[in-house]
Amino acid sequence: MQEAKNLNAYKGEVDKALSNSFLRTAMDNFAVAYRTGRANAFAGMDVETLIAEIADAKDAAIARMDDLFEQFKSKAEAAGIQVHLAATAEEANRIIADIAKENDAKKVVKAKSMTAEETLLNHHLEAEGLEVTETDLGEWIIQLRHEGPTHMVMPAIHLSRHQVADLFTDVTGQKQDAEIERLVKVARRELRQKYVEADMGVSGANFAIAESGTIGLTTNEGNARLVTTLPRIHVALVGLEKLTPTLHDALRVLRALPRNATGQQITSYVTWITGPNECRSAPENKKVMHIVFLDNGRRALAKDPVFSEVLRCVRCGACANVCPVYRMVGGHQYGHIYIGAIGLILTYFFHGREKARNIVQNCINCEACKAICAAGIDLPGIIKKVHGRIQDEEGHPATSALLGMVLRNRTLFHSLLKAGRAAQKPVTDDTRYIRHLPQIFARDHGFRALPAIADKAFRDRWESLRRPVENPKHRVALFAGCVQDFVYPEHLEAAVDLMADHGAAVDFPMKQSCCGLPVKMMGEKEAERAVAVQNLTAIDPNKYDHIVTLCASCASHLKNAYVDLLGDDPQWEEKVRAFADKVTPFSVLVNDVLGVEADEFKDYKIKATFHAPCHLCRGVKVTEQPKELIRKAGYEFIPADEEQTCCGFGGTYSAKFPHISAEILARKLDDFEKTGADVIITECPGCVMQLRGGMEKRGGRVRVKHLAEVLGEERVKT
Amino acid sequence: MSGLEALYDTFTQKAELVSAVVSRVDSPEAAFRYAVDVCDRKDACQLLVSGCAEPLSPNADGLCEAKAAQKVMAAPGLPADQLPALKALCDEKGIALIEDGLLDHLAGIDIGFTVVDFGIAETGSLVLDSSSEAVRLATMISEIHIALLPMSKIFETAYDLEDALQDFMASVPNYTAFITGASRTADIERVLALGVHGPLELHILLWEDI
Repeated sequence: MQEAKNLNAYKGEVDKALSNSFLRTAMDNFAVAYRTGRANAFAGMDVETLIAEIADAKDAAIARMDDLFEQFKSKAEAAGIQVHLAATAEEANRIIADIAKENDAKKVVKAKSMTAEETLLNHHLEAEGLEVTETDLGEWIIQLRHEGPTHMVMPAIHLSRHQVADLFTDVTGQKQDAEIERLVKVARRELRQKYVEADMGVSGANFAIAESGTIGLTTNEGNARLVTTLPRIHVALVGLEKLTPTLHDALRVLRALPRNATGQQITSYVTWITGPNECRSAPENKKVMHIVFLDNGRRALAKDPVFSEVLRCVRCGACANVCPVYRMVGGHQYGHIYIGAIGLILTYFFHGREKARNIVQNCINCEACKAICAAGIDLPGIIKKVHGRIQDEEGHPATSALLGMVLRNRTLFHSLLKAGRAAQKPVTDDTRYIRHLPQIFARDHGFRALPAIADKAFRDRWESLRRPVENPKHRVALFAGCVQDFVYPEHLEAAVDLMADHGAAVDFPMKQSCCGLPVKMMGEKEAERAVAVQNLTAIDPNKYDHIVTLCASCASHLKNAYVDLLGDDPQWEEKVRAFADKVTPFSVLVNDVLGVEADEFKDYKIKATFHAPCHLCRGVKVTEQPKELIRKAGYEFIPADEEQTCCGFGGTYSAKFPHISAEILARKLDDFEKTGADVIITECPGCVMQLRGGMEKRGGRVRVKHLAEVLGEERVKT
Repeated sequence: MSGLEALYDTFTQKAELVSAVVSRVDSPEAAFRYAVDVCDRKDACQLLVSGCAEPLSPNADGLCEAKAAQKVMAAPGLPADQLPALKALCDEKGIALIEDGLLDHLAGIDIGFTVVDFGIAETGSLVLDSSSEAVRLATMISEIHIALLPMSKIFETAYDLEDALQDFMASVPNYTAFITGASRTADIERVLALGVHGPLELHILLWEDI
């Protein structure tokens, strides 16, 4: 449970997590195993369509939340269930405690419920003198340890068998061995006794089906079945977003939820309860049954045009499973109660700004969660918007506001970058790297060698590099992006030559600026919009067939975020859509449009591997073209296991969370070195900066190159 | 392979993937013999550990002490005309057969025997109307759950069962279960362990009723 008071305190806790070697290994193993498990579970299914259908159905249900509640209530009440609506977490807890009192219940068994975690129900019931026992094994373990969950589906993933054995030794008063099979059996017997003694069972629900007044529960252990069967009272605590019109909607989610959560086709048990069922220990042999629906901000969220899609979440936890940051720091540092990308968001809406302020900044924007979300939620986009909203509410930090201000003024921004060239002289030793960082900076950032700003920016050499092309086949506007313009102009030079040799007339519109992603990362929405307008003004999409960039992050931002920013603005709508349509990543242009072939290159069979930039493989869904080009360029291509895992750069992220960035980078470099390749090729200057800097710092022998450099070097010029 | 054979094949493969034991029987009587045989051999193999041999707290240990000395099989919901056949087989082996009163056996029973309503091939799942408390308990507190599934009731996906499920849900109160494999957990170090709360084994007998 993340509760640090400020960003520095939070970073301190993150550092502790980074040095926990058990957590490191557990998380790495899980991250790798999950990918295969999920792929197998979805084999042969049209996942994209399924996710799109879930998203649509969820949106429709969210829009009708109040209606569905009324429909469910009348169905359930007709069946004999008492239905409550709690406006707040406190009210929900009070209702449940009152049910216990009215029915003279003393002991409660609980099936896993994130909603009950959200309301801190156990604390409340215990304060009311009730004995509460969690029956999901992982939840029981963390309850006994007085901790919050570190994963929505695997709450105790941060603990070792030894820690569990010690805990169970305390609980049973008997010495326990650290053998998982036996520990599970101990839990089986200890918890069986708890079911027998309990008067009241509390569960959550994965589904609340309005047409029949049915709740649906998924578990692997079967504990929800015992919790809803043995005690004479059953109370289900259900978030309003679980309301769904029909059984079909629930079955549809059920096709994705277990597969996405744990790579299972389905959970061992799915339980559908309609009305109070037979219960021999209850008066009149009939269960006393209550359903408490929880609002706690959901009804307002459902009406919010920007954030309502957050309520689509089906709580599969997959956004944590694939998150490179979660993998490094674990759940206690990556959420307050809800964990993972969705946790960064829900914390703000359910637990408030105080709890969300620090963690919401800890998103590297790799989009791995967005690509895997069972409900198609734009998680990283929404995280940035929540960050922006918090800054609007609390005031923007000086550095963030300054960057926003500078970026809005292109000439000032570019002058500052050039001034940086002069300032770095004493620290580069005339190499391409900054050799000595000022002490205050070096402590955190020494994990990679930072590149120096180039002697002369690309834009200042453009007039001499420009290549006239007679009867051009393609009209191309080159979007440079700051890093290549000012740090790696050689990438752009190589690209210009290659494009010109294949009949492309390349233009470099001089008034283009930063794409705007850095200000998005800082939560500076106004500056982000202003920069987008500058670039739309500088580059007229009607004059070109393609707007080409060698930077994956720029490509993804220009193509996706611009439409999100300006697509609804009548002044810009048409132009921004035409612009976005024409944005083309370099490898797509070269391979698919210019049709570059293998016979143009030398054939040395150098061993090469590929790093797929996040914003290329997920941002604009380009995965094959760069690899085809690597093969065409005469290299022997060796895939890396973690080709599509983030390198840890994330632009301003690596400056804000350098220790996490360094850990992610170290794993990436290990993975690349394992391939035996001589060169790592990628298609984003940010990734080049991170990977090359890290390799230089560790003294590794593997070179790191941008695809454009490689193609330039290996071409046989005719 | 005919379309139906392919369906049964998918069901079997998917169920086996989650450690269910799948066999075919040609009659309910054959299923009874199977169940009694499994019950009879159960202790001899010592394959099952329900946890009572582990060091437990006095309370939990007390519940273990309450376990019946005799082996117990529960077969709630079995049609009255079939019960005598199963009873005779159980008597032969000294197994107590119960249909009800499972609340007196919460320490655990050996076998829960049920006839299930449907099968879902895509996931190897059983669908069982468990509105009877005895059925719910038999499939949860038993160490081995043996389910008889008429092959005519196997469908490709849960969508194909929507009408039937809606019928169940319309007959209030209702408690319907999808059961796929044995009770499982991976909550400690993501290592799979079976039988954390419910059955340690699930046996599915495909009854060739067509």
